[in-house]
Amino acid sequence: MRYIEPHGHMVSRTTDDYQAMVIAGCQAVCEPAFWAGYDRTSVDGFRDYFRQLTDYEPARAAKYRLPHYCWLCINPKEAEDMALAKDVIDLIPSLLDKPTVLGIGEIGLNRNTRNEMKVLEMHIDLAVKHNQLILVHTPHLEDKLKGTRLISDVLKSHSGVNPGRVIIDHVEEHTIKRVLDQGFWAGITLYPDSKSSPPRAVDMIEICGRERIWMNSACDWGHSDPLSVPKACLEMRARGYSAEFIDQVVYQNPVRFLSQCPKFKLGGQPAG
Amino acid sequence: MSSAAQSPGAPVDLPADRQKIVDLGFVPVRAKLIEVAAFLDRVERYGVASDYRCVAMRAALSALADGKPERARRILESFSDPTTEPDAVSTGKAAYGAYRPPGA
Repeated sequence: MRYIEPHGHMVSRTTDDYQAMVIAGCQAVCEPAFWAGYDRTSVDGFRDYFRQLTDYEPARAAKYRLPHYCWLCINPKEAEDMALAKDVIDLIPSLLDKPTVLGIGEIGLNRNTRNEMKVLEMHIDLAVKHNQLILVHTPHLEDKLKGTRLISDVLKSHSGVNPGRVIIDHVEEHTIKRVLDQGFWAGITLYPDSKSSPPRAVDMIEICGRERIWMNSACDWGHSDPLSVPKACLEMRARGYSAEFIDQVVYQNPVRFLSQCPKFKLGGQPAG
Repeated sequence: MSSAAQSPGAPVDLPADRQKIVDLGFVPVRAKLIEVAAFLDRVERYGVASDYRCVAMRAALSALADGKPERARRILESFSDPTTEPDAVSTGKAAYGAYRPPGA
């Protein structure tokens, strides 16, 4: 079995997790920028974090011969401070040519506030201006439905956004059809307590089809499981799906989306 | 948007052995259902069953037994914020799991 982990916050995981993921068949891991668990107080905190994402983490993963890619942004949880957000967004263009940067993400909303919306729009403008892929975080729990509507509306209203180059992540049963209907890709996040379980993720694929969908663990410093994607493979296998079916969902689909960035390569070769 | 909206893919063909889906899921889901029941007993025993989240959970349960499809979607929607405009200010970083109606 082979799979891509398209969304893992590896800076908060141990090297034991890299080892376990490679043993389970992981072929590449992609790390969106996110909230560190505390609010950074200046743009310099982000400068250091982006260096960790673009320099240090790829080297740590390389010890396990695992390609590591990243996405850059200021996470919506820190988007209430508009001045800081602007400083961070101004920093990003100088880093977009780094060899492992795939695009802008994970942008989006957290509590669906006006300031978060403004920062989301700034990120979208940045991505369009620099022809970058976009990875979107949708809010948690009771805020997800409203946030997904606001996000998809603002993306749809931007004339420069190609929905086929946007993945909207953390979809659940009440948001996945809206995302797919509008031409975006949908990410299903597998979490122990919130978001989706492996059985529910497979249910969504059975209902919505297996096109323009990926699964990810979004593993971070909280309650999460870096092996949740291979565990979803076990669920598909237990239900009787073929190896080819499983391979499309957890390998071919993420490769197809990510290969829209020419920097995404597997085994030293362009993955597309 | 620079390209036309696309429809989701067609539903996949389900595996031939349909009975297996019950065999796989029944015992784990039975356990979760009993956890729900025990949680509702627990919050009553502690005298906090009127918490808006517990009220929302009891309301959501009606979808389990109404015989209509898409129970998961409808339960998720029942917990969701029904408003449509961005909030003026943030009320904190964390969500709580259920929409808190004004005054609740």
